[in-house]
This record gives sequence, structure tokens and C-alpha cells, in this order.
Amino acid sequence: MEFLQPTTWEEAVETKAAHPDAVPIAGGTDVMVAVNFGRLRPARLLDLTRVPDLQQWDTEDGVVRLGAGVPYARVIGELGDRLPGLAMAARTIGSPQIRNRGTVGGNLATASPAGDAHPALLAADAEVEVASVRGTRRIPVADFYTGVKRSALADDELVAAVRITPPSGPQQYSKIGTRNAMVIAVAAFGLALHPDRRAVGTGIGSAAPTPRRAPAAEEFLAGELDGLWDSRAELPPATAARFGELVAGAAAPIDDVRGTARYRVHALSVMARRTLTWAWAEYRKGETRCA
Amino acid sequence: MSTPTRSPSGAPSHLTGPGGGRVGDDAARPDGVLKVRGEFAYGSDLWMDDMLWGVTLRSPHPYARIRSVDVGPALAVPGVHAVLTSDDVPGSKTYGLELADQPVLAVDVVRYQGEPVALVAADHPETARRAAARIAVDYEVWEPVTDAREALGHPHWNRVHETEAPVTELSRESAHLHPEGNLVRHVKVRKGDPDATADVVVVGEYEVGMQDQAFLGPESGLAVPAEDGGVELYVATQWLHVDQRQICAALGMPPERVRLTLAGVGGAFGGREDLSMHVHACLLALHTGRPVKMSYNREESFFGHVHRHPATMRYEHGATRDGDLVYVRAQIYLDGGAYASSTPAVVGNAGTMGIGPYVVPNVHVDCYGAYTNNPPCGAMRGFGSVQTAFAYEAQMDALAAELGMDPVELRCRNAMEQGSPTPTGQVVDSPAPVAELLRRLQAMPLPPSPATGADADLRDMPGGVSNTTHGEGVRRGVGYAVAYKNVAFSEGFDDHSTARVRLEVVGGEPTVTVHTAAAEVGQGLVTVEQQIARTELGVDRVVVAPKDTAVGSAGSTSASRQTYVTGGAVKAACEAVRARVLERAAALTGWPVGDLRLFDGAVVAEGLQLPLAEVLGDDAVEETLEWRHRPTEALDPETGQGFAHVQYAFAAHRAVVDVDTELGLLKVVEMACTQDVGKAINPQAVVGQIQGGTAQGLGLAVMEEVLVRDGRVRNPSFTDYLIPTVLDMPPMRIEVLEYADPHAPYGLRGVGEAPNISSGPAVLAAIRQATGLPLTRVPVRPEHITRT
Ligand SMILES: Cc1cc2nc3c(=O)[nH]c(=O)nc-3n(C[C@H](O)[C@H](O)[C@H](O)COP(=O)(O)OP(=O)(O)OC[C@H]3O[C@@H](n4cnc5c(N)ncnc54)[C@H](O)[C@@H]3O)c2cc1C
Repeated sequence: MEFLQPTTWEEAVETKAAHPDAVPIAGGTDVMVAVNFGRLRPARLLDLTRVPDLQQWDTEDGVVRLGAGVPYARVIGELGDRLPGLAMAARTIGSPQIRNRGTVGGNLATASPAGDAHPALLAADAEVEVASVRGTRRIPVADFYTGVKRSALADDELVAAVRITPPSGPQQYSKIGTRNAMVIAVAAFGLALHPDRRAVGTGIGSAAPTPRRAPAAEEFLAGELDGLWDSRAELPPATAARFGELVAGAAAPIDDVRGTARYRVHALSVMARRTLTWAWAEYRKGETRCA
Repeated sequence: MSTPTRSPSGAPSHLTGPGGGRVGDDAARPDGVLKVRGEFAYGSDLWMDDMLWGVTLRSPHPYARIRSVDVGPALAVPGVHAVLTSDDVPGSKTYGLELADQPVLAVDVVRYQGEPVALVAADHPETARRAAARIAVDYEVWEPVTDAREALGHPHWNRVHETEAPVTELSRESAHLHPEGNLVRHVKVRKGDPDATADVVVVGEYEVGMQDQAFLGPESGLAVPAEDGGVELYVATQWLHVDQRQICAALGMPPERVRLTLAGVGGAFGGREDLSMHVHACLLALHTGRPVKMSYNREESFFGHVHRHPATMRYEHGATRDGDLVYVRAQIYLDGGAYASSTPAVVGNAGTMGIGPYVVPNVHVDCYGAYTNNPPCGAMRGFGSVQTAFAYEAQMDALAAELGMDPVELRCRNAMEQGSPTPTGQVVDSPAPVAELLRRLQAMPLPPSPATGADADLRDMPGGVSNTTHGEGVRRGVGYAVAYKNVAFSEGFDDHSTARVRLEVVGGEPTVTVHTAAAEVGQGLVTVEQQIARTELGVDRVVVAPKDTAVGSAGSTSASRQTYVTGGAVKAACEAVRARVLERAAALTGWPVGDLRLFDGAVVAEGLQLPLAEVLGDDAVEETLEWRHRPTEALDPETGQGFAHVQYAFAAHRAVVDVDTELGLLKVVEMACTQDVGKAINPQAVVGQIQGGTAQGLGLAVMEEVLVRDGRVRNPSFTDYLIPTVLDMPPMRIEVLEYADPHAPYGLRGVGEAPNISSGPAVLAAIRQATGLPLTRVPVRPEHITRT
């Protein structure tokens, strides 16, 4: 096995172009599991941990550009205020060791329907910045997932960063697992209220072949909130319940070892209702977050 | 004596220090610092420079006939040194703890998914794995038998085994292999009136899923061919001598030529009672003339050891309106999987103790162990008592509800005590403080409710940091359960241990060396051995020799028995050494032996202090003793009556559980445990056993299950076989009682299993109280609580 270790971003992109079969490795928390289980025997590994650009985040025109190689522990520690939904999702991932190594870039490239970053990125309308020697493109995250563990990433491309506009309103993330830590999602839900745009963002995890949004629920809720953004009045319980039902309706889950399809649908409706209740209570208190 | 062979790195060394700690003290472990620092060598760390790596080709099918095996393509892989099949097994082709029914390598038929079919040795593990994948096995796939009750219901149809297997010395005398069906053992317990009636009757059906031991150190060992044509095997195991017996039979070699040494064991819990890679590595080593290491990965480990028997159980309890139990009738079905393993003994336990620590005049229990094509099941901590406790304790709660009684009151009213008769006609002849254990739990303060809403700490909530509730839908339940468990081997088995103790002066310092074959699997027996020697011989420096077959059998590290039985043997050997030393001192000094004692490295009496160096000079005093607990008897095959169990251990739990009733997620808020241990030899280790046993019981109650469908395991990894994390296992309140058992050394009781038995049922009781649901299956899943 060849171990390729570029030290600059240009070199990384060129190496990937020269060896499209090279498997990138960032935190290795997916790659090494596959290797240890004998499911992956790459001819080449492309180590991205020495590429400084990937380990950084900054803000451009108010948008956070999060390098693909920033581990979850730093998302939680450094970006909890700017990217609350993603930080909450990161907090649910694995154990401290996994959060120290695992990255959003790795989560995206694996594109598992159970990846925890996805619902948060969907709700926040994030963009994935991918690059190759052919150039850079930005993919709305909803278009990034193309199938079970498949993404829009081409063979010669690498994930450079994710771009996320810091929220104008509360965000929430909620995940079901059958133990209270270190668990793969049975179902997950991300919510973002966008008072500036009078819009609602959602993301569903582990309940369809790919992470997906719940457009009908977003539209319904945006409509219901139309009169409430300014008054910050109480949200009728029926609205939260209906929102929950619509989110659940957007799912297309299966039965597997982790849970039944029926439970996933049910759990999504509860998570969507509860997270909306929490987010709205926060909004009513005026705790809107500004970039 | 054995021919000296080079020893591998990672072989065990003598354990000394850290010094101090007698019986009853919180003694520090001699292996503790090494383990905490990550310097302790486990079986998977064994290494020799010229070693080969062995791998196992396993059956992908739960049930199939092997039409042919072509090893040619594997042998052709460069770097491969041997490819072996059952044809290469020189001795007995089958082995087993109680019935020798399990092929060393599959012979004509595979009976479970993962059954070993062939072996490869190569100079690199990856090469060996690739070669194994090239072995061409032609299977005729058969429909597996996957339901224990169905398997038993059709005695002439679909027999998993064609022939009767020879029984071993470990077999239960009353265990009869049904010659024409899938029955491994049927235990009948008959007491009183089989047709008794009662005012109040509750009936329930219960199901327990398949739990795995989930030890962290996978099966590993290294076999080294010896110059005398024999083999040295370093292996992580639970009972060196029972392994040796089975390996000798398979290799067709006498015990002198098959020498075992215990490698570092990373947990066992019953999962290492059966052979795994033992014979395989020896075969490859003898075949190639090279040391051969085998070390399973996590996935293979799930196929490489037995699991806890899944159970289906029907119970009927009858009581008077006042709450006195009148009768219990139960049918218990245990799925033993493809091979017997210790199923006969597990059936014995589940049958004889299956109604719990209660006094019941009329008992009618039928307990069956069945062959199926599911993964083989055998020993796991709690051994048959875990499954039944879920049923009998749920029944006690249901009965209490029916009677309008407090569940603890009902239990105390019917609790076993010293002098009580058991369902098998034994009289409990040592303290049995069942009611006291429960009352003490009841008297403990309850934990406060956590903050909710905006102030909620997610770690206190069901769902934990996954942020599923801030208090919404959460209801609290409190549940109690009590359990008892036999300690040591039962039903007439000659249960003994051997200890060799040597006292000498080394470098001016009196030193005791304790040599036993008792497997240290993490439980702390090495510390107990040191404490006993220090106590009996008044010497601080006690060295624990590596565990090996150069000394006689210590019996199994299971059944909560080693502190009792090997502890008893070490104590007896120390007493024999002491007697000889004091005789010497008496001869030297003229003092009467009766006035002399050993204390602080000297022989002392009123006005005498003679250092051991002066008594012993350059001599060593050594004694090797076999020690046995008082004998037990076989069960009567028709009535299940007999003095079958030598000692009982008792534990009780109170569980406090917060349930998110809408999402079906849980937070176990607190576990409280009371346990009678007779005498806490090492109180700190006792508490450790209670915490660990409780966690493992909690795991089965709420998450741990090997999911099997159509004979196939669906979750053979820690990705989907979940065990509790620090956010699932709460802090504990523990009270340890010490009511001496007059029949046992120091009055002690085995500790390790009892807390594993009552913990899960208490959790279930709490969840039922919080939800009002019957919840008759464990582990409880969110789907059961939300009914989705
Ligand atoms: C014990 C454990 C617990 C876990 N728990 C969770 C959990 O709770 N939630 C969750 O979502 N995940 C979990 N995971 C999975 C894993 O940690 C995450 O998916 C993580 O985000 C992967 O990031 P990484 O940097 O480690 O990726 P790697 O393993 O390095 O790579 C993952 C994939 O991404 C590719 N890749 C990495 N970086 C790039 C890049 N810049 N451009 C293109 N391709 C790239 C790799 O080739 C590979 O295909 C867990 C894993 C383990 C081992």
C-alpha cells in the first residue's frame, strides 16, 4: 500500500487527480474501521492531515468557511456560538476520542444516511465546497447526497470545506440512539429557524436512503410562523404537532438491526415537535443569534 | 518435566507487590499498575520472531452439508505454510465441556454460522486470510432449525445431530442426551402437590434475548512446538486443565506433552470456558514446526465463543389472598444452539433455582435445553439464573399488583431464610438474608429528580447528550429484585482446586510463592491469593507464579467459585506449610508448637521472636494440596430432588429509572445493591464485582442482544452490539453484608454472579412502573415502550 502525504492543498488536489483510486484519510474514524473489518484494502491512502488549509476555519462575508479537516471537538469548542446546530450534532458524535479525530469532511465524504453532521447542515442550508485540478465548485448540501453512502463528489475531487451562514435564529439537533452516548443514530433531526428570511430549515437523518429535508414541513411551518415572527407569540401546540407529523411524513425509513421503520417515523414526529418547541421558546426570549 | 522451550514475549511473569493487604483489607492488585499503564501483556500481545499466523475459515451457513473442500488454491498462495481440515485432526474429531459433540473442524456438516471448517498458517495474517478465502468449500445448504421449542417439538424431524455424543467427566450425571431428538437436557423439579390451586393466580410469558460476554480481549494464543514432540500453548482462558484434557484428546497426546500457560486475559464472563483457537493453533504449530499465533478480531470473536442462552418461559404463580405463595409452575426453554457446551449445567441451574429465593410449598418446573442451528450458547455470568430471574421477579410484581400489596412486602413475606427448604429438597444451611437485603434497599434515600426545561443537564436525561428531551414525557419508576445463585460446581461434580505454596528466604526477605492453575481473568484472584498467604503465613512478600499446568487443576474460573475453592486450597496449603515451619521452630527452640505463631516474618510466642531466616536458612518449605468443598449430589432425574448446590449467594437491587415514555428512551438514574458476601476478602474488589455485575445485568435489560435471524448473526460488532457507557450506568449505592457461611473458608461467599442476576430485573420493574406496560421481553427496546 502506498501512503501519500501531501503538505499543501495544491499538492493534495494534484495527487488525487494523478491517483483517483487513492482513498483520502482525515481522522480515519471511518476509513480505519473499514480497514480493520477487512472491507477496505486501498492500494493508496491519501493522508490529508498535513494539509494546513483543511484544518482551519474562518469567516468570509459573514459566512463561516469550515475546513474539511477540522475535528468535531473544535467545532464544539470554537464554533458553538456561530454554528449551534452543527455543534449540537457534533456533541452527539461518538466518544471524546472520536470527536478529537473525526471531521465534517469525512462525514460528508462517507455520506452515510446516519452521519450526524448532515441534518444540521441541511437545516442550515450549507454548501459543500469541493475541489479538483479542474477547479472548485460549491454544491448545496441537499444536492450532495446522491444515494446510500454515495455523494456528488467526483473521483478526482476532494472536499475542501463547508460554508455555513451563521443563524439568524435558534437551531436544534436531536438524535435517537439506544444508548445515551456513543451510538449511531436510529433517527435524527436538525432544525433551524431563519427569522431574517422568515424561513425554516430541516434535516432528517437515518430515516431515508440519504439525509434529506422535509420541504412540506418547512413550508407549513414558515406559513404558520408568518404572523408570529414579529409578535413572538406562543406557538399553538397543534402547530408543533402538525409540524412533527409532516417531518415524519417526509421520511422513508426501513427496518434494520437498529430500529423499526415505524419507530423511526414516530420518533421523528416527536423530535420535530420537541425541537420546534425548544427553538421557539428560545426565539420568544429574544435570544436570536447574530453573526 | 517439560523440555524447556523459548518463551515468547508477552508470556506471563511472576507477579509481586505492591505489598501489604491481608484478608479483609482493600489490597491493591499486583497487576493493577501494569494494566492502568497499558503495559500488561494480553494474549493478543504474545510474540515470537519466527512465528506464523493462523486463521480460521468459518462456515457462512447455519446448516449445510459439506460436499467437498479443496485446499489447493490456498496452499498455492506464497507464504502459506499449512492448510488443515478435519482430516488432519489426529485424535478425537470432536470435543466439548460436557458432551464431546463439537467438531474441532467441521466433519461433513456445519451446524451454525461461523463453525470452523479449515485452518491456514502463513507468515503474515493478511496472507493467511487471503489464502483462507481461496479454500473452495462446496456446501449443500439446508434449512436451519432456529426455534428451540419447535426443535424440541419434533423429536424425529430435523435432528441437528445424528449421533449420540460421548459424555465427559464434567457431564451432569442426570444429563441424558435424547437419542432421537434435539433435547440436550430436561430437568424436572417436583415438589408438593402438582395440582395445587390458589385464590390468586398470575400467569406470564417471558422472553430473554441472547447476550454476549463482550469481553474486550478477543480470543488469542500462541502455540509453540516443543523439542519432545509436544506443544506449549499460551492462551487466554478460564480453566487450563479442562482445555488441556480436550486438546490432548484432539491431538492424541498425553497431558505431559501438552503444556498450557495462562496468557493475559482481557475478561471472560464464561465466554472462555469452551475452546476457541486452542486446538487449532496446536495443530498448526505441530504441523509446521513453527510457533503459531492466532488472535481473533472483534467480528470473529462474536462467532468464536458461546453466548448466553436465549430463553422463553411460561410461569404461573398461585398465592393466598394474604400473599403467601402456594405454588409455582414453570416451563423454561433454553436455546443451546448447535452444540451442547455447558447447556446441561445451565439447564440444571435454571431448573433448580428458577423460582427465585422464595419458599414455595408446591413447585413444578420443567426446564429444557435444545439443540438448534443458532450460535452455540453456554456459560455466561449468572449461568441460567439470569434468564429465570427476569421471569420470576416480573411474576412477583404482577402478583403484588394483583394482591394490592407492596412488591417488597410480598417478597419479604415469602423470602427464603436460613433453614428454609428449597424446591430441590435442600435446606438452606447458612445465612440467607433475603428479606434484610430488600429492607435495607428500601431504607436507602431515593435520588432527587433532575432539573428539567432550560436548566436540564442532558447527561441526566433519557437519551443523554443526544438531546431528545428536556423533561418532556419523562416518568420515573422504582423497581426491586432479588436473586440467588449457586456458588461453585453442583450436582455431584468433584469440584476441587490445587495449590502449591512455598516459603523461603530470598535475599534476606521471607518470601511466599503461590502457584495455582486458577485463571486470573480480571476478577482479582491473584490479589486474593496474596492476601490469604500473607494472613496465614505472616509474610508480606507474596509472589504469584504464572498460572500453568505444571501444577494440578484449580477448576474453572466461573460459578463465582475461585475465591472459595482456590482460596480454600491456598489457605490449606499455607496451613500445611505453617505447620512444618512451626515444627522446625519448635525443634530449634524447644518451645511447644502450640504456643508458636507466624507473625511479621518471624516465629513468635510470648517472649520469643525468631526471624524466619533463622528458622529456614537456605531451605524452602513447600506444600502442594488438593482441596475440595463438601460434596454435592446429583439431582433425582424424575423429581429434581437432591443436595445439589454447596452454597448460595444472595443479592438484591433497587433501580431508579427515568423513562421518556414518548420516545422509549431511558436513563437509569441510580442502581442500589445489597449483597451478602459472607466475608469480603478484598472489599474494594467486592465492590468492583458488584458494579461490574450490575452493569452487565443492566446491559441485558436495556440494550445488549446478539440479533439472530434465520440462524445468522446480524450485529457481530461493537457498532451494533451495544454495551452500557458511562452515561448509561449510573453511580451506585452499595451495602455489603458479611454473614459468615460456616462451611466456607473465612465464611466467604462467591461474589461475582449474584449482582449480575438481580440488576436487570430491577431495571425492568422500574420501567414497568414508569410506563404501566407489561414488558415481557428483554432487552427492552424503544419500540416496546412506544409500541411502534
Ligand atoms: C467509535 C465510533 C463512533 C462513531 N460515532 C459516530 C456518530 O455518533 N455519528 C457519526 O456521524 N459518525 C460516527 N462515527 C463515524 C465517523 O467518526 C464520522 O463519519 C467522521 O465524521 C468521519 O470523519 P474522519 O475524519 O474520521 O473520516 P475518515 O475516516 O478519515 O474518512 C471518511 C471518508 O471520507 C473520505 N474523506 C475524508 N476526508 C476527505 C476529504 N477532505 N475529501 C474527500 N474525501 C475525504 C475518506 O476517504 C473516507 O471515505 C463513529 C466512528 C467510530 C469509529
